[in-house]
Amino acid sequence: MLTFLRRRVLTSLLPLLAVVLGVFVLARLTGNPTALYLPENATAQAREQFSAANGFDKPIWSQLLDYLSGVVRLDFGTSLRTGESAAVMALRAFPATLQLAAVTMLLACLVGTAVGCWAALRPNGLADRVSSLLSMTAASVPDFWLAILGIWVFAIMLGVLPTSGVDAGGLSWVLPIAVLMLRPAGVLTQVVRGAMISALGSPYVKVARSKGAGERRVVARHALKNAAPPALTVAGDLAVGLINGAVVVESIFGWPGIGKLLIDAILQRDFAVLQAAVAITAISIFVLNIAIDIGYALLDARVRQKVGAAA
Amino acid sequence: MTAIGMEVSGLTVELTTPRGTTRAVDGVSFTAHRGRTLALLGESGCGKSMTAQAIVGLLEPIASVTAGSVQVDGEDLLKVSRKRRRQLAGPTLSIVFQDALTALNPVLKVGTQLAEPYRIHQRMPAKRARAKAIELMRHVGIPEPESRVDSYPHQFSGGMRQRLLIAMAVALSPKVLIADEPTTALDVTVQAQILALLAQLRKEHDMAVVLITHDLAVVAEEADTVAVMYSGRIVETGPVDEVFEDPRHPYTRGLLDSVPVETERGADLSSIPGAPPDLFAIPPGCPYQARCPLVQDVCRAERPALETRAGRAVACHLAEGTAQ
Ligand SMILES: Nc1ncnc2c1ncn2[C@@H]1O[C@H](COP(=O)(O)OP(=O)(O)OP(=O)(O)O)[C@@H](O)[C@H]1O
Ligand code: SF4
Ligand SMILES: [Mg+2]
Repeated sequence: MLTFLRRRVLTSLLPLLAVVLGVFVLARLTGNPTALYLPENATAQAREQFSAANGFDKPIWSQLLDYLSGVVRLDFGTSLRTGESAAVMALRAFPATLQLAAVTMLLACLVGTAVGCWAALRPNGLADRVSSLLSMTAASVPDFWLAILGIWVFAIMLGVLPTSGVDAGGLSWVLPIAVLMLRPAGVLTQVVRGAMISALGSPYVKVARSKGAGERRVVARHALKNAAPPALTVAGDLAVGLINGAVVVESIFGWPGIGKLLIDAILQRDFAVLQAAVAITAISIFVLNIAIDIGYALLDARVRQKVGAAA
Repeated sequence: MTAIGMEVSGLTVELTTPRGTTRAVDGVSFTAHRGRTLALLGESGCGKSMTAQAIVGLLEPIASVTAGSVQVDGEDLLKVSRKRRRQLAGPTLSIVFQDALTALNPVLKVGTQLAEPYRIHQRMPAKRARAKAIELMRHVGIPEPESRVDSYPHQFSGGMRQRLLIAMAVALSPKVLIADEPTTALDVTVQAQILALLAQLRKEHDMAVVLITHDLAVVAEEADTVAVMYSGRIVETGPVDEVFEDPRHPYTRGLLDSVPVETERGADLSSIPGAPPDLFAIPPGCPYQARCPLVQDVCRAERPALETRAGRAVACHLAEGTAQ
């Protein structure tokens, strides 16, 4: 298990490094960032001062080293707009996104598993047809459109939910979560349904039934445990997608998370904050991937053994 | 005479597919005695597994029982409630399925799976059920059961997996055990060991064993009674030595002529020229008419019933003529 973990950490570190380097390259690609950071009409003196203060006059490799050592210390410099540490701003916004994503994912998994199982137990039944239709709709409608529709119906027409912000307590959660979870819940329903149908038709389920196992034991213990690994893989991808989806949904609903911070930073050319937000997102995706792999191995002994043997 | 374990009569299974509805099992009857082995013999596709699944109540959704009865212990399994059926599954009637290599759940420890019969039917606490599982593993010849009880199915060979499945099936000492081609998926060297294990368990538990096979050598060695199946019907049945000594149905005779019983274990029953009729185009009359060397006009017109004459049951219009 330890070799297994080390292997996964190493392989997942690569994309993380790529993102961190990518942000640096992107920021420098446009030439001397001074032009980007300072207003058009800044004086030459101001530009030089700014360059020196941020180390832009040093050779590129030395800038890279500075940048990397900053990343390691979670120091991305200060926000141009607020003068605050960019990392602190990102870390302050992060829990809001994490909460939103975690609650959304949890609900999507619960709904997906329950509806998927239900549909699999009676293929082509009413539950199956309705859920297929809903999943397909959810997959083809863009998030922002749903968000706006939701605000229009529930906040403006019916007036039962707030249009944006987090001041309304529990009610503020309803629309962002509903909009965010629709797609993951739909996709998970279809994945769980497919995996459950194949598991329920397998020889080992027949054997379990021949031992006198009741429906509940067959579904929960025999079939669901086999359907879990594919569902988990998809849930992982969906969770990563959710972090992207959060950018749009947070902006629309004024949710004070990393997504909103990212958009604001882009609009205001606040590069330090942008870097911090991207880095923290990349780190959380990295952690997420490791967690998925661990879950996968815990669920299936064959994966444990295969990866262990290959390591 | 030994006690009756199970009496199947007139069992009929209909198959509904896009191509139409047909009888995959048509009026099958046989009696399995406690402590004895009845072999259900027939070519691939003749309906052996379908018969077994109908008896244990685990047919695929496309198939359904339309007639017949399965008497075990004074109860008709085809009439009892689903709940009662579950209660009987294990302590009264058990089955070892055809797919030995995929019949164990890949994500559950074998100990957990072996403990299930005790957990389900006797509500035994997990610890004691686990001890029972170890005992079972030892009993069916799995080496080092204490350490292997926590292993997963993929860590066992095919033969060991079949032992585990058999152990699971006999855990609650059933009165009737159906074994659907228990050795087909295995190496020839392992086959004899598995059959010996089945015979040992049959004696210990005084089980009525229904052994499904397409292997004449296995029938000759293991069974007391044989029922020869063709195109969903039983065409000849009787004590193995009598049937093999003096086969009365042309199909049985064809089988026995084509394979030297003593030498070729594992030989397929495919050496009779021709093929069984398409399930969706079974001709009227005798299903064997297209391959039968003795076919007469009456065979095409009238379906021969399974009739008993002098202790031997045969479904052939000319059976008497071939008896001498
Ligand atoms: N799902 C299905 N769809 C269509 N036909 C089927 C299906 N399952 C079984 N059959 C048909 O029903 C008949 C009986 O099948 P069954 O599995 O009982 O045969 P078998 O005697 O056990 O053969 P084998 O020795 O190959 O296991 C076969 O002709 C088969 O083609
Ligand atoms: S009934 Fe006729 S066709 Fe059928 S086995 Fe007997 S002789 Fe052959
Ligand atoms: Mg079969």
